[in-house]
Amino acid sequence: MKRHNILLWAGFVLVLLALVTYIPIFAVFAITRDVPWVNYLLFSAGGVFLLLGLRRAFGHPQIYGGKILGSILAGLSLLLFALFCVGIFYISKAIPASETAVRVGQPAPNFTLANWDGKQVSLSDQLKDNRAVVLIFYRGYW
Amino acid sequence: MNDFTQRRIEIAAISVDSTTDSQKLSQAKGYTFPVLSDPNAEVIKRYGLLHPKGAEDGHDIARPAEILIDANGTVRWENLTDDLRVRARPGQVLEAFDSTIGK
Repeated sequence: MKRHNILLWAGFVLVLLALVTYIPIFAVFAITRDVPWVNYLLFSAGGVFLLLGLRRAFGHPQIYGGKILGSILAGLSLLLFALFCVGIFYISKAIPASETAVRVGQPAPNFTLANWDGKQVSLSDQLKDNRAVVLIFYRGYW
Repeated sequence: MNDFTQRRIEIAAISVDSTTDSQKLSQAKGYTFPVLSDPNAEVIKRYGLLHPKGAEDGHDIARPAEILIDANGTVRWENLTDDLRVRARPGQVLEAFDSTIGK
């Protein structure tokens, strides 16, 4: 009876964790939003475990199982990591260039829009009693 | 938030979301500033911040941006990120205010 190659599963679980915890981690620690180093670390740790597990499986096949399972898990992990990279480096940058945006020094166009409580809010009113207004444009659907 | 009140900086968020969606968001997050609805993206277009068909369902939405406007209505600082994930943090906005409009 061969021994279970627990490293393989541990590595795969770490990779899964790395993938699903990106949003929860940056929601709590905003600093990890720009560069998700915690998730990179988890991916690396998962990769190391998987490699060690694979080495056991192929180096000592008479003791450890996991040649086939390990290869599948490693392949899946690579795929998941690639997905993560696509999200980080491609999808999140898929926004139009900012050339059309109002420029510093230009007058900010006035507007009146409905607040969620039904009140109409205009930029000029907001500016009246304040020294500055910060407009935050966001995509919505969150 | 306090640092903003102290400096008398008002905040307003703008998206194409309906007032109902904005209400849900504000109440869930406890936002005390206006969360405004621009369902036809008219103001978003006026600011040149349209992301055509940016939503999953193909709607036009706003591209992310933070814009600091002084009491005269002039744009004094802006953060036009090229990455959805990377937005201005409150500290950066305060710094921008302190260095352009002053304490």
